[in-house]
Amino acid sequence: MNHNETHNDASHGTVKGYLIGFVLAVILTVIPFYVVMSGDFSKVTTLWTIITLAVIQIWVHLKYFLHLNFITEEGRANTFSFLFSALIIIMVVGLSVWIIYESNAMMMY
Amino acid sequence: MSTLSINVEAENTKLASHDDHAHDHHDTSGDTVFGFWLYLMTDCLLFASFFATYAVLFMNTVGGVSGKDIFELDFVAVETAALLISSITFGFAMICAQGQKKALTLIWLAITFCLGAAFIGMEIYEFTHLIEHGNGPQGSAFLSSFFALVGLHGLHVTAGLIWMTILMIEVARRGLGKPTVTRLMCLSLFWHFLDIVWICVFSVVYLMGAM
Repeated sequence: MNHNETHNDASHGTVKGYLIGFVLAVILTVIPFYVVMSGDFSKVTTLWTIITLAVIQIWVHLKYFLHLNFITEEGRANTFSFLFSALIIIMVVGLSVWIIYESNAMMMY
Repeated sequence: MSTLSINVEAENTKLASHDDHAHDHHDTSGDTVFGFWLYLMTDCLLFASFFATYAVLFMNTVGGVSGKDIFELDFVAVETAALLISSITFGFAMICAQGQKKALTLIWLAITFCLGAAFIGMEIYEFTHLIEHGNGPQGSAFLSSFFALVGLHGLHVTAGLIWMTILMIEVARRGLGKPTVTRLMCLSLFWHFLDIVWICVFSVVYLMGAM
């Protein structure tokens, strides 16, 4: 029973875990909205704030809501399959954008 | 009607005995959840290609409206809040389901459903509002890719809501057996996954668009 409970804690989360995740997610959502809506910051600062906080928030959601980890066996399997698709996504999105914008720039000459 | 209930009963017994049998050797619910996770990862790729399309096309407005003209950030902030809160309420539903608390699970699921429905309602309002003002998906490449990406996410949330309704009926009628909890686990992954996709949507589409 005890073993079962610790197992549940690791792979399914606790009230505390969800609350921590939720508070972090709220903070990480409010800041970029504030930065854009206030309009007080330069374009570059705004852009990097949005990107950085979005990446951190995705990590928070993965850790506290989807319970990805490197500790339990299931957690590891899920984490590695996620990392693999993240790699593919970066290639699909990053390379598409790169190729199309470069070819667009070429057309301008 | 009676045949139907007998069938359901027979299926329940079959499921239960199958589950007991499986439990002796190996717990297969973990495999089911992992399989569903792999499906979600392929779904990620679908979203990724829609994001790539949007990133490539968003400047092609053919002299029409751009993101700056049509996005209302206060509205999007409320949508985001609804989805974010629904994520934590689903978390609570899962904790109750694992603790075999049927009534509480149903209550949290119902709250999650209402928040999800509010999100979809707002999105439908936003879309109809845009179309009424002549900014439908046929307006420009920007609008097409915007409707496709945000609409794809909306369709997923709608599917999640339908699935949630079915599971609420299942929990109410059959209680929190092992197969039911496994199904709830899959839906919870789906729901949290959609929240992550929404982070990308509001960051890339709305915030960067309104900059």
